[in-house]
Amino acid sequence: MARIELDLAHSYKPNPQQDSDYALLPLSMVFEDGGAYALLGPSGCGKTTMLNIMSGLLVPSHGKVLFDGRDVTRATPQDRNIAQVFQFPVIYDTMTVAENLAFPLKNRKVPEAQIKQRVGQIAEMLEMSHQLDMRAAGLSADQKQKISLGRGLVRSDVAAVLFDEPLTVIDPHLKWQLRRKLKQIHHELKLTLIYVTHDQVEALTFADKVVVMSRGRVMQLGTPDALFEKPAHTFVGHFIGSPGMNFLPAVVDGATLQVAGQRMALPARSLPEGALQVGVRPEYLALSAPQAAGALQCRVAQVQDIGTYQMLTAQVGDHTIKARVAPEVALPAVGDSIWLQVLGEHTCFYQNEELLA
Amino acid sequence: MELVLERISKRVGGQTWLHPMHLELESGAVTVLLGATQAGKTSLMRIMAGLDVPTEGRVRADGVDVTGMPVRERNVAMVYQQFINYPSLTVADNIASPLKLRGDRDVAQRVRALAERLHIEMFLDRYPAELSGGQQQRVALARALAKGAPLMLLDEPLVNLDYKLREELREELTQLFATGDSTVVYATTEPGEALLLGGYTAVLHEGELLQYGPTAEVFHQPNSLRVARAFSDPPMNLIAASAVEGGLQLPGGARLPVALPADLAASGQLTLTLGLRASALRLQSRPGDLALQGVVELAEISGSDTFVHATTPWGELVAQVTGVHHLDLGSAVTLHLDPAHAYVFGTDGALLLAPARPGGR
Repeated sequence: MARIELDLAHSYKPNPQQDSDYALLPLSMVFEDGGAYALLGPSGCGKTTMLNIMSGLLVPSHGKVLFDGRDVTRATPQDRNIAQVFQFPVIYDTMTVAENLAFPLKNRKVPEAQIKQRVGQIAEMLEMSHQLDMRAAGLSADQKQKISLGRGLVRSDVAAVLFDEPLTVIDPHLKWQLRRKLKQIHHELKLTLIYVTHDQVEALTFADKVVVMSRGRVMQLGTPDALFEKPAHTFVGHFIGSPGMNFLPAVVDGATLQVAGQRMALPARSLPEGALQVGVRPEYLALSAPQAAGALQCRVAQVQDIGTYQMLTAQVGDHTIKARVAPEVALPAVGDSIWLQVLGEHTCFYQNEELLA
Repeated sequence: MELVLERISKRVGGQTWLHPMHLELESGAVTVLLGATQAGKTSLMRIMAGLDVPTEGRVRADGVDVTGMPVRERNVAMVYQQFINYPSLTVADNIASPLKLRGDRDVAQRVRALAERLHIEMFLDRYPAELSGGQQQRVALARALAKGAPLMLLDEPLVNLDYKLREELREELTQLFATGDSTVVYATTEPGEALLLGGYTAVLHEGELLQYGPTAEVFHQPNSLRVARAFSDPPMNLIAASAVEGGLQLPGGARLPVALPADLAASGQLTLTLGLRASALRLQSRPGDLALQGVVELAEISGSDTFVHATTPWGELVAQVTGVHHLDLGSAVTLHLDPAHAYVFGTDGALLLAPARPGGR
């Protein structure tokens, strides 16, 4: 297992001149030994480029990659001792489940007794013990992907296990189980795991730390709750959460704050004069009494029953905001005027898209 | 369009792909086909489109028997998982193709209007290969909408897109469906997507139609254990229980006061299943709650919620609590639940009791 350090940039073009020429903008970051990390972002954000640089499939155009302090920038994936799991099952159909799981160990000439022990352990963790003697060909896509996961996790001596969207082909219910399994396996085996996904739920539930990326830039490296409670950038606020954080334009003018054109008293914290953005998550936007301090008057645009809660969509001037409301709360009708508590302990303030401390 | 599938079934070789089912789609509304892979969603859609003929039964469109009528003679628009466009045509020509085929006038104007609704008006002169996946799927959607077909079939159209993009496009589609008058059928494996789309939902499982009705109603009143399982994310907690005087006897000795039907004992239904949605389990207690002791196995923070997996006398349960909560592995936790939030299923899996819906909706 290894501590992975990146201090690099990558451009697919020979002479990068501007930010948009880079697939990965200059970054410096450390993945601690034994940590569970997720690289999260929309397609084209650079997460797969970063993963490929770590695995050795790609040599960065600038800078270097260190594994436990050793420069491996130009080392092959084999030299780096990396295990990988891909989006689709990569297994041998003609082999049994046990043979598939044993394969990476046999390749490394691990003693037979040790192979048996490790294969048994992994199969048990993935609840595949009863299928060990079955041929992989007869299994469903879900089951095959479980074998792929097992093959990735079977070696105890790897520097890191890299996962590239491993749960894409898995049905929602099995996803629940597998996410949980991965997390438990991480607790037991203490491998360094790096997981690429565009799905925030997968990233946040899997990882201890999440790297949120956009357009080749690392926007924030943080724990799941930091990304939720204190997004460092409006992009992170928008990207994390479903729906994402609400943003409203605001202006600080002396002792008053204007939010979406409505005046209210400044909250008890120092804010710079001028234009700001107020960020508040749908989960923290509550209905309040008319004229309450820190509340905004809005008009109800839509009320949806989303099963476990209700989604309220409201208009404030030209802005749309969303509030997540408990199912038992009686909501006003579309077109009604309501007050929503915008300022509170969970409210964040942004200037030029960056979080104000 | 009024689409009726009359006692249709589909068998291929010796295998049954669709068990006999009768489905009358709500005209002019969205019907979600919800089910895991292999549930029969695509088989059903192919029959609706006219790509396949049912083994038994008839398909009626606006009262006319169209069973066996090929797809090209029907007026159907389809969108698939894969982004399918004409690679040699520009975005504008792709969207225009159904309009030109029909000999419409003011094609350019219509194309622009549709492109604007799907936010791809800046790419009209580009070719599909020059666009991102999300943009390509918007082109396919615009072309399907341009057709203005009375029946629009979408087979997991957002599954290959990024999470956030999916969220955006789903919201736009919901609005487009609401303002149009086409009958829309939308297949998905995700319960959350069905709830966001609203409309009506048909729950499918291994080729069987389990339940059809307004989406929120099917969610809140699943008529069987199988529907409850299929239409919950996280999975509904299911606990073996037995009927006793005044309620349910649960493993570990707890009793849950619920009003069970009076004739249960007479019908020999003693082993029941208690169903609890993950969101019905809370960390804070309220008056009248039942408390359940457990040990935390895992706490997953998903952003807006924390999923607490706990081992309890009732088995392994999942609680979905709003906000960020830090719970250490192996620590003790007390889960609280309001008996009024209990679902109860009979020995045969049929729904016996569902929570009353707030506001009577």
